[in-house]
Amino acid sequence: MAVVTLEKVVKRYGPLDVVHGIDLDIAHGEFVVLVGPSGCGKSTTLRMIAGLEDISDGTIRIGDRVVNDLPPRDRNVSMVFQNYALYPHMNVAENLGFSLKIANRPKDEITQRVAEAAGILGLDDLMDRLPGQLSGGQRQRVAMGRAIVRHPDVFLFDEPLSNLDAKLRTQMRTEIKKLHQKVKTTVIYVTHDQIEAMTLADRMVIMRGGQIEQVGSPMDIFHNPANLFVAQFIGSPPMNLADGVVTDAKTVRLENGMELPLTADMAGRVAAGTAVVMGIRAEEMVFEGHGDAGAQSTRVDITASLSEPLGNESLVFFEFCGREWVCRMFDPRPVEPGESLGVHLNMDRVHLFDKTTEIRL
Amino acid sequence: MKRKILSPPVLLLLPAMIIIVAVILLPLLLSLYTSFTPFKLTRPDTFYRFIGLRNYERLFTDVYFWAAFGRTFVVLTIALNVEMMLGLGLALLVNRAIAGQRTLRTIMMFPMMFSPILVGFQFKFLFNDNIGLVNNALQSLGIAQAIPWLVDEYLALFAILTAEIWSSTSIFAILILAGLMAIPRDPIEAAKVDGCTVWQTFRHITLPYLMPFMFIAMTIRSLDIARAYDIVQIMTAGGPARRTELLWTLISRTGYVDANMGLANAMAYISIFLSIFFTWYFFRKLMAARRYMGGAQ
Ligand SMILES: Nc1ncnc2c1ncn2[C@@H]1O[C@H](COP(=O)(O)OP(=O)(O)OP(=O)(O)O)[C@@H](O)[C@H]1O
Ligand SMILES: [Mg+2]
Repeated sequence: MAVVTLEKVVKRYGPLDVVHGIDLDIAHGEFVVLVGPSGCGKSTTLRMIAGLEDISDGTIRIGDRVVNDLPPRDRNVSMVFQNYALYPHMNVAENLGFSLKIANRPKDEITQRVAEAAGILGLDDLMDRLPGQLSGGQRQRVAMGRAIVRHPDVFLFDEPLSNLDAKLRTQMRTEIKKLHQKVKTTVIYVTHDQIEAMTLADRMVIMRGGQIEQVGSPMDIFHNPANLFVAQFIGSPPMNLADGVVTDAKTVRLENGMELPLTADMAGRVAAGTAVVMGIRAEEMVFEGHGDAGAQSTRVDITASLSEPLGNESLVFFEFCGREWVCRMFDPRPVEPGESLGVHLNMDRVHLFDKTTEIRL
Repeated sequence: MKRKILSPPVLLLLPAMIIIVAVILLPLLLSLYTSFTPFKLTRPDTFYRFIGLRNYERLFTDVYFWAAFGRTFVVLTIALNVEMMLGLGLALLVNRAIAGQRTLRTIMMFPMMFSPILVGFQFKFLFNDNIGLVNNALQSLGIAQAIPWLVDEYLALFAILTAEIWSSTSIFAILILAGLMAIPRDPIEAAKVDGCTVWQTFRHITLPYLMPFMFIAMTIRSLDIARAYDIVQIMTAGGPARRTELLWTLISRTGYVDANMGLANAMAYISIFLSIFFTWYFFRKLMAARRYMGGAQ
């Protein structure tokens, strides 16, 4: 059983705090993804769990042991590194079996477990090759194999797919997911790719500047972002935003003078006069004649500046309230730059964020 | 009609070839030839007397020559191994230094900056039995008897080795340090997570990475030490009574002091095999060690 608990974990480099006291509980067998922009402290957090970085303050528990002062080898975790970190002078079989050999396991147990891992990952034909003779994807699989032969309590992944090309990345993503379903071990996975995070995670941890912004299931975070940062970070294309003020008349008056009616529920929650940022996702807006935006929709007129046809849909860009907005056109037709279009916003799915605190209202 | 005798590539390389032939090949052939003559510098006419393999035959039964040969082999082996171990230790220590690493690196190179002749004089003085610092220090520690450092066979070789090792360990240290600084951090961290202790990480990951660097140092030094004539010549000149005679002092004495150039050249040709053997051995090791490092990410 491997529950991982972080309590007020801090990492300092000299006077500089890079992780500001984070709390996180990870259940046994859970697949948790740490995601956030570059430099937000994801790798640092992961490396503290692995024992590769000292913990400046706070407590990390794996199972019921406090591991703060344990060296990596006593934590029974395995880690997959971004550039694989294979041992270049050992062939694939030796790479896979290395940790078992170090642990003085009997020879036939090593052979058997290496063969088992090789079978899961389809490495059987590569056992005699050196890492230098493998392709990126194959190295990646060896790195994963090396992690699974140990039957660790926790798997740690640090951006394991970022060196692969787009197609291989999608394929390996699926394989990692399957692997997790097969071995049922706790996984902590770091990435800055939000699609990877959404598809893999049981639970997502959004980080920024050494702090946790939100923890939740991918769908929960997608639909109920805790603040403006999360709303913009998760989802592709990013959420459309406009500044405005809530009025007495249960509307939001945008900077361009346009007034949009709020739902009764929303109007009840947000006091009149509050300065807000309104956000709506590209999926919640529908072009006139291209679908239905629901009962609570309201129409605005826009001038398209660009359209990107994707086949089954087009992304139409336009300027709105001084910002660039993008909207999906389902069942698309050709759109010329400069063309005037009507868009229905589904006001039921509009988010309002407090302008100063950036927290969702 | 003009006929092309030489193709352009050959023509362009010709000056270089001529120089190589003039300064390397000719002397080499000449010395090889003289090893088949009883050539004495004092009697030029002996240059033309061809005596076949007589010099070589004589050497094969020459006890002094083979004693020097064996001694040289032992000295080479000890010097290279000790220098490598010390160099490795030094490099590991310097690599761990958090502050002042540059300064340490520079200090580490000091011995390389001295001429071997000076090193020879310095250690001759240090090991002098009357006025030397070593005996002086031992005396203050209560060892009354003066130790004849440069007279006793083993002590003299020990003194020579000390000087040699002092002056050349830094070459190993520098090359190994270069290797250490080039080691990627990831495999070492992976090994730690994989359950290695500090020693196991060193043994299974760091050391294989350093092997090519160590063998490069070995190869360079094996060439180097086969010509390290100066230190021995200054400290003992092969004496007393040939007790520290190494190949290069023996050869130079035979050639220049006894003026027996033909015989000296024969000795040199035999001892070249020793050099070639060491160099070939390390070079092969180097190739083997490089094989897997080469293609790796
Ligand atoms: N050894 C160090 N000394 C000082 N600051 C460091 C050190 N290592 C990392 N940092 C800082 O800590 C912060 C977090 O780094 P970290 O590597 O955890 O980021 P990350 O979230 O993994 O980013 P990325 O997605 O680019 O990998 C960064 O701002 C970085 O500059
Ligand atoms: Mg990182």
